[in-house]
Amino acid sequence: MSRIKYLNHLLATKQISCVELTEKYLKEIEKENKTLNAYVKVTDEAALDTAKKVDEKISKGEPLMPLEGIPMTLKDNISTKDIETTCCSKILEGYVPIYDATVWEILKSQNAVLLGKTNMDEFAMGSSCETSYFGGALNPHDTSHVAGGSSGGVASAVGGNIAVYGLGSDTGGSIRQPASFCGLVGLKPTYGAVSRYGLIAYASSFDQIGPIASSVEDAAIVYDAISLYDEKDATSCGSRYKAYDVLANSIKGMKIGIVKEYFEGIRDDIKASIEEAAKVYEELGAEMVYFNIPELKYALPVYYILACAEASSNLGRYDGIRYGYRTSNYRDINDMICKTRSEGFGREVKRRIMLGTYVLSAGYYDAYYKKAQKLRGAILKAFKNAFRKCDVILAPTVPTTAFELNFTAKDPVETYLTDICTVPVNIAGLPAVSIPCGFDSEGLPIGMQLIGDSFREDKILNAAYQYEQCTADRIYKKLEIGVRL
Amino acid sequence: MSWELVTGFETHIELSTKTKIFCNCATEFGGEPNTHCCPVCIGLPGALPKLNKNVVIYAIKAGLATNCKIRNISKMDRKNYVYPDLPKAYQISQYDKPLCEDGYITLSSGKKIHIARIHIEEDAGKLVHQRGNTYIDYNRGGVPLIEIVSQPDIRSIEEAVEYIEKLRLIMKYIGVSDVKMQEGSLRCDVNISVRRKGEEKFGTRTEIKNMNSISFIAKAMEYEFNRQVEILESGGTIEQETRRYNSDLNITESMRGKEDADDYRYFREPDLVTISITNEEIENIRKELPELPHEKIRKFIEEYGLPQADAELLVKYKKISEYFEEACKDTRSYKTTANFILGQIFRRLPTDAEKEEANIPVPPQYLSELVALTEAKKITSNMARNTLEKMLDTGKPVGELLSEKDLEGIDEGTLRRICEKAVEMNEAAVNDYLNGKKKAFGAIIGYVMRETKGKADAVLAEKILQELISTK
Repeated sequence: MSRIKYLNHLLATKQISCVELTEKYLKEIEKENKTLNAYVKVTDEAALDTAKKVDEKISKGEPLMPLEGIPMTLKDNISTKDIETTCCSKILEGYVPIYDATVWEILKSQNAVLLGKTNMDEFAMGSSCETSYFGGALNPHDTSHVAGGSSGGVASAVGGNIAVYGLGSDTGGSIRQPASFCGLVGLKPTYGAVSRYGLIAYASSFDQIGPIASSVEDAAIVYDAISLYDEKDATSCGSRYKAYDVLANSIKGMKIGIVKEYFEGIRDDIKASIEEAAKVYEELGAEMVYFNIPELKYALPVYYILACAEASSNLGRYDGIRYGYRTSNYRDINDMICKTRSEGFGREVKRRIMLGTYVLSAGYYDAYYKKAQKLRGAILKAFKNAFRKCDVILAPTVPTTAFELNFTAKDPVETYLTDICTVPVNIAGLPAVSIPCGFDSEGLPIGMQLIGDSFREDKILNAAYQYEQCTADRIYKKLEIGVRL
Repeated sequence: MSWELVTGFETHIELSTKTKIFCNCATEFGGEPNTHCCPVCIGLPGALPKLNKNVVIYAIKAGLATNCKIRNISKMDRKNYVYPDLPKAYQISQYDKPLCEDGYITLSSGKKIHIARIHIEEDAGKLVHQRGNTYIDYNRGGVPLIEIVSQPDIRSIEEAVEYIEKLRLIMKYIGVSDVKMQEGSLRCDVNISVRRKGEEKFGTRTEIKNMNSISFIAKAMEYEFNRQVEILESGGTIEQETRRYNSDLNITESMRGKEDADDYRYFREPDLVTISITNEEIENIRKELPELPHEKIRKFIEEYGLPQADAELLVKYKKISEYFEEACKDTRSYKTTANFILGQIFRRLPTDAEKEEANIPVPPQYLSELVALTEAKKITSNMARNTLEKMLDTGKPVGELLSEKDLEGIDEGTLRRICEKAVEMNEAAVNDYLNGKKKAFGAIIGYVMRETKGKADAVLAEKILQELISTK
């Protein structure tokens, strides 16, 4: 099941060299990326350099670390020293970070093989990857559909077997939704479990880095590796419970919450899939607990008000002065900043900057920002109460399966509504994992999410793994593209 | 009816912590442009701030020294505005929960100038205009600042000057800042309005930005007071606006009106966590506070018996006051010690800056040795003065400048013999003196001094000579 463990075994037993493995991936990227558009930058030279280093270690008989030599990818909002990092925005064109994000520093120290940087909605604002300056990433299950967003490139690459796993970021669902669309496992860790240092901010109090992988085991291995305390991030605490070691534990007696509000406006076939999953859990000895969280009806407006407010401030720094894109004709400094931003940002980003500026403005602050902050507190409290009744909550990840191309461009508000199931955990800072739970009539993957209390990644991944073990053949589909091993 | 000035200050003070407020870059003034910088203080995408604990401690010190209450729970906020010297397009500051609140500074009249709040924030970079271009130096970006906001309690330019001087001295004493106005480590925004004497309502105020000299503050206030009074007396109204002081023309000029004021869209800084300080921590910081200027002045007057003027003058310069206390360790002749410092030593340090620096080549112990010799009458005050000059020139101790013979002094018997000789040798002068020419006495005592190489105690010599002459 675990591709990471399998490849680690192949490398350690010298059935394949790391250079061979890396070359295989690079070759398939060259072939498949023309269609999938998952990668916006391929770092083949650096990847092969790392692979050679790993091969030297193997030849010396040194033991391999869990992620050593495994080809992977990073979303393009994770800073990589000497490698262009653009957030798929024109405004960061040519921006090459002078430092590494902490997560990349950790993986680098394990000799992870970075294949390249992957596509995303511009500044992680979007649900289809289509707001990317480089155009959207496509769904490997059906290229007439999107891979989802905002971490669409990671999902497309992992789903299309042109990366073993990848790190994305999740502000309102940006890991879980594309994982759900592409039939993958996507973990959004507890706020603070993984360092945000070097993650280019969209909404700082929501953003969290996490893995997208093709199995629960892989997600757990990566999560355990990256969830370290980082003194460079004041909001970092690291993980409290390691996940991988408890995956195989029985979930007999585990209480799984079903919250009515999560099922409102959900497509019937998706609802049915999740009810199926609930049955599986009952068979596994879990106890289903049914209750309401009425506060969830405020989640969407709270999310869009607060996230946009923070974004409007976070994106103020892109002014063309120090790095990135700068307009070519301008009268003076103000004209330069104004034109640079007008030309450098896309429509969705501008929309959110304006929305965020508005809700923070004098005279509107109390009605929007302040009220939303209060509701954020209420939602957090409601979740805390819920976790007195159950260990994990089972819910749909998205009300639909993957959108057709250009769906999101038509109606932004309609698109925002599809975030209904994912944003609550970001508001409350909780961990949630999306795992596949079947396919719709068109053969597109359906996802479900398991939501846990703060720092209980161990519990949700344990529950996810137990479900995966008895349904694997129903929830995963082997695609005939990319690297097949 | 006459007009009354109403003024309040917003004072920015750069803290002298070794590192910046949110990263480990050096705060040192100067340095090649953009060399004290890192991803955090130039606001690179993805970099995150980390609050320097010493900044909080320094700010609490400032709060305690100005009688403020310290908040147990505080937080940082973002103040959003666009300017090239502000690389994140927001300044991390404190909005509605400042670290310190509700304090005061007492003027020498006994009047209290209330402090509304003291908060911590980061400084911005600096624009450098050169050869028709504008360059940005981010070395100053992220240097920690405290902003001290006073209530509009100040009613005259004299009070304003005293307030700033007192504030400056306090910060200097507690060691949180070098408060060098010319280097910009203390800068003021001055809020000014006027009203008819006796009126309770405040007038519309203007704010003069970024003043970094006390004499300019006084001049700008005077100009602005007169400007506002003239407008009101001719029936006009004051615009609420931000102004700047033009020192070349000695006027204030409008920068921007109220309608152009920025909407800073303050909100809580999500990248930083709550600042919580226990009462115990606050008390520990209080214990670390050194003696404050007003406490030192009181000590110098009450314990050392100095006149108020001397005490204030010594305390005005922190290093001088320390020098004085050091020199007083081995002596009880406080006044003599103070006289040497305020007289001969101050003459060697003509400017304020030199007194602040207090580079005195004579270590305080040497001075106290000199004072001891003077007090023991081993040397005359005349000799002491000459010796101190030599010490200031050479930095050598008393022992190297005065021989044993110099220090032997002249016993009374020897002195009497010399005096007898003087009366003998100066018959003409003695006669003149006896005939009423009082001035002639100078010649006789001059002889004694020459003979004793100045070591004679002039008072005693005079007494003996008077005796000898009168019995003649």
